[in-house]
Amino acid sequence: MARVIVVTSGKGGVGKTTTSAAIAMGLAKKGHKTAVIDFDVGLRNLDLVMGCERRVVYDFVNVINGEASLNQALIRDKNCNLLYILPASQTRDKDALSQEGVGKILDALKKDFKYIVCDSPAGIEKGAHLAMYFADDAFVVTNPEVSSVRDSDRMLGILASKSRRAERNEEPIKEYLLLSRYSPERVKLGEMLSVDDVQEILSLHLLGVIPESKSVLNASNSGIPIILDEKSDAGQAYADIVARYLGEDKPHRFIDDKKGFFGKLFGGK
Amino acid sequence: MSTDPHKTPHAPSVLEFKSSTFSVPVLVLSSDDLVAIEQQLKEKIRLAPEFFKNSPLVLDLQELNKQGYDINVAALTELVRKSGILPIGIRGGNVQQNKQALDLLIPVYSIHSSGVSAETQKQKTITPPPEPVTDSATTTLITHPIRSGQRIYSSGDLIILAQVSAGSEIMAEGNIHVYSTLRGRALAGVQGNTEARIFCSDLQAELISIAGNYKVSEDLDESVRKKPVQIYLQNHTLIIKDIV
Repeated sequence: MARVIVVTSGKGGVGKTTTSAAIAMGLAKKGHKTAVIDFDVGLRNLDLVMGCERRVVYDFVNVINGEASLNQALIRDKNCNLLYILPASQTRDKDALSQEGVGKILDALKKDFKYIVCDSPAGIEKGAHLAMYFADDAFVVTNPEVSSVRDSDRMLGILASKSRRAERNEEPIKEYLLLSRYSPERVKLGEMLSVDDVQEILSLHLLGVIPESKSVLNASNSGIPIILDEKSDAGQAYADIVARYLGEDKPHRFIDDKKGFFGKLFGGK
Repeated sequence: MSTDPHKTPHAPSVLEFKSSTFSVPVLVLSSDDLVAIEQQLKEKIRLAPEFFKNSPLVLDLQELNKQGYDINVAALTELVRKSGILPIGIRGGNVQQNKQALDLLIPVYSIHSSGVSAETQKQKTITPPPEPVTDSATTTLITHPIRSGQRIYSSGDLIILAQVSAGSEIMAEGNIHVYSTLRGRALAGVQGNTEARIFCSDLQAELISIAGNYKVSEDLDESVRKKPVQIYLQNHTLIIKDIV
């Protein structure tokens, strides 16, 4: 049975698109046929992060309006042939999306794909609402700072009350916490909330911590999902997250200071 | 396609009685002069025609009867209806007036004020007053976390077994129990019940209120923060105490 995953946060700039690209790639690399949809109509970014911006012909809104078929609009990823991207329209706004249209597209994708990753826009308005409405699982991306945590909390409330599962009184959406841009050094200095602080406020199952890393920006700029950069901390963190989501038991990493006992003993490199 | 009139025990329920409170205008009369009533009523309506158009109305005859006047309920009802207002009840009427009202299918309400006359006392046997809201109201039990932006209202007590996040609002006409951290706004006794209390196992609320008497987070003493406490009202002052 196909599962619809929404990557959401409420707040902007926390790493939703980076996360969507990374986990979609991760799931496809693990052998699952995966589609990733950009719901940010009017501010499309996913195609850039996935490095397929020069191959966009038709988009999400074209498919909703019946101007193109789903197969025409889906772009196959260059790095993994099990991964497809459905880009957002840049010339329209969120009102171009309709609940009925989104539902139809997801139903059609469910027949062919194992995982459908919905990259939600920021905010709690129509675009974000439609991105989460049909979801089975939610990846709530949060930065370790108070405003991001509160916006995530608000989004969790919306997931619990406004989704299709909630409206139909079905089993609620499974919610997972992804703590991104985490810096143990800054937590130590008291400049950032710790994993425990965030967990205490949100009381949510932690799927993984993604460390703050320069390689994320480089990956975005070059259009290669960070998960393919196996040497980087952030890439490894996303690989762990995908493995945990698929049921593998992986201990959490990147929560404590990088320099372990030996690091302290011999000084920083 | 069964038309069996006997309900099977598994038949789904198609109706439910619920208690609800409405705000309805009451017309208090102090004269039996129908001409004067009609004229003054018209003047009032002219001031706010949209407000009165098809508005429900309860006719209050207590004052009128106290002054020894008598009025024909049928004639009064017709007069009021002609003005575009829909009478949905009378109160404070005598036995005869109540009967006239019921003949016109207008319900009779009782008066709960302290000055209940012997006659209205007697009527209570005919038309029992509605049960006090606090008895019939139900308790709401919630087991999932209340997230920022969510609002919960209970017409009775409210029991929450998970955390209440900052930026949420929980309200109850009765008591509030939170068996976890309370970070949002908690308002007990919102319909004015000064006996209502708030109980929580970890007080970090943005605001607490009982029957409209409130304290914001800044006013909470450090000695009660992050502790299991109960909050109640004493002489219009909120008292916050450890639960022992």
